Amino acid sequence: MPSIAAAVLEIKQLDELARCDSPIHRLDARAKVLVAIIFCGTVMSFGTHDLSALLPFFIFPAVMIARSNLPPLFILKKMAFLCPFVFIVALFNPALDRTIVVHLGSVGISGGWMSFFSIVVRFFLTAGTALVLVGVTGFVAICQALEQMGVPQVFAAQLLFLYRYIFVLAEEGKRMSSARELRAYGSAGLGIASFSPMIGYLLLRTWSRAERIHMAMRARGFDGAFQAPATSHFGKAEMMHLIGWTMLFAFMRAENMSRLLGTLILGSLS
Amino acid sequence: MLPHPYPDETAKGAFAVHMADALISPSVGCTMWAASACAIAICSRRVREEMDDRQIPLMGVLGAFVFSAQMINFTIPATGSSGHLGGGMILSILLGPYAAFLTIASVLVVQALFFADGGLLALGCNIFNLGIFPAFIAYPFVYRPIAGSKPTRGRSTIAALASAIIGLQMGAFGVVLETTASGVSALPFYPFAALMQPIHFGIGIVEGLVTATIVSFVYNARPDIVCGRQAQAATHGTPLKNVLLTVLAIAILTGGVVSWFASEKPDGLEWSIKRITGTREIVGNNTRLHAFLAGVQKYVAALPDYFIKKPAHPAAPQSAAARAKENAQKTGSKLGTSVAGIVGGALTLTLALFIGLVLKKRSAAPSA
Repeated sequence: MPSIAAAVLEIKQLDELARCDSPIHRLDARAKVLVAIIFCGTVMSFGTHDLSALLPFFIFPAVMIARSNLPPLFILKKMAFLCPFVFIVALFNPALDRTIVVHLGSVGISGGWMSFFSIVVRFFLTAGTALVLVGVTGFVAICQALEQMGVPQVFAAQLLFLYRYIFVLAEEGKRMSSARELRAYGSAGLGIASFSPMIGYLLLRTWSRAERIHMAMRARGFDGAFQAPATSHFGKAEMMHLIGWTMLFAFMRAENMSRLLGTLILGSLS
Repeated sequence: MLPHPYPDETAKGAFAVHMADALISPSVGCTMWAASACAIAICSRRVREEMDDRQIPLMGVLGAFVFSAQMINFTIPATGSSGHLGGGMILSILLGPYAAFLTIASVLVVQALFFADGGLLALGCNIFNLGIFPAFIAYPFVYRPIAGSKPTRGRSTIAALASAIIGLQMGAFGVVLETTASGVSALPFYPFAALMQPIHFGIGIVEGLVTATIVSFVYNARPDIVCGRQAQAATHGTPLKNVLLTVLAIAILTGGVVSWFASEKPDGLEWSIKRITGTREIVGNNTRLHAFLAGVQKYVAALPDYFIKKPAHPAAPQSAAARAKENAQKTGSKLGTSVAGIVGGALTLTLALFIGLVLKKRSAAPSA
């Protein structure tokens, strides 16, 4: 996890990108969420050693980023700093699976390395899709879409409340953390002995804040349910977006487009 | 508590128990999503039925608190690394299991969407590992029996320590099971478990100590916050649902662990049939309906004969010449497909990037 200031900045940046206007931004959130889920499911359904068949799937994030005017380097930089747990686990594959499955000239490539690169490609495809989804949709719209698709209203309300107060609590946490670090002179003094009371104070203030929020909401007539304005519309454009991409994913899943194209090119050259 | 190998607060090398989309198979991902979705639905209904609406902003704000607290690090003595609070047990203690589960799940959703921490389909696994085990197993079966309805400082510390250790051990074991069952990683079960469990035992100790000190601090200032949920749980608890959820968790664990030791020898019925007819299964009348339904079953069965991967069947004995010919054919066809795949893969990747660039230039061009 990044630092508290960096994390809030990343959330705000993605939120800001979601407020832009483009044909993708104007689509209903439900269509975009469904396509993202279908995409991730299709990518995950490939075999362990499948690599060339996965590469054509980069067309989806490429088109989404291009059509929505998202900054591609921004998305790539975010993915570069992601949790390396996947890579740590994937690195065991070349060590454990040494059966040669591909020869590049005289160089033999083991199944372990094929599966390692397959894992890396899957990671970039799925992680990139999640970031692109938030960048073109926005967290609030995603929550509303989830509620419209059957997610319990209590959980959707919880997501919206959490998102609303992340910025407030993060500011408080950042101030407390900075104050602690300025008094620490390096790493000394940043142990559990100073951490626990600080977090305890933050928790007490959080609890008091929640009580004030509840009284304010009750005073304004809150009865436990949010009344979201019905502005979303699932029309022809959304249906085409959903069906078009789903059919393409199904075709790319059924046929190895890389091999088809490679065979075509090599066949025409020979 | 998630340790960082670097002391720098902006460390990028965090070793976490978050599953990732790249490591799970669709069957494991969908199964865990189904379990997590059911849990979300049950907890949402329970929260709506039994809590007052004061809980709703409380859950949201405490979720934001845990999210923020996870980004503030502390150094772990004698290790040179730093860690941060997980928060699952604190939420369970303050909110009770149902509200805590929803809060943990919401934090994981935000982490998955904004930081791609995990993935959209691995979210089901993460919600299960980091939500179900602390809220529905560690809290009701470890923390509450030890702490009681009016916890003292000592009992609260022991309870927090024990529940954090057990919750994290189960969460880490869940990651091991899901990764192994998916078959994407080549890590065998026992070495992976031997790697994950001891690490997360140490993490659990630190998480437990941090949780205990925070709860103790809050208890001294506002005992109603800590004791209120315990007293409410003591009077309004419904052990039956806890038991049902525990049974569900144990069933999944049993299916994931005990099945590894399941015998492949014939069961009682198969043994009897073999004694009588000489085969393990009776071949029935092969009518059109039988054949159609058998075909449907073969097509839809995700786990034929309870194997995710079909066991390798021993090849029939072949002559050396036939084997060499077959290997040469396989090598030749493999080489051909491999080269075509590599060439085509590079071309499709270039094509995807080119299409993206063209579309981007068209979007940026001024309209006539």
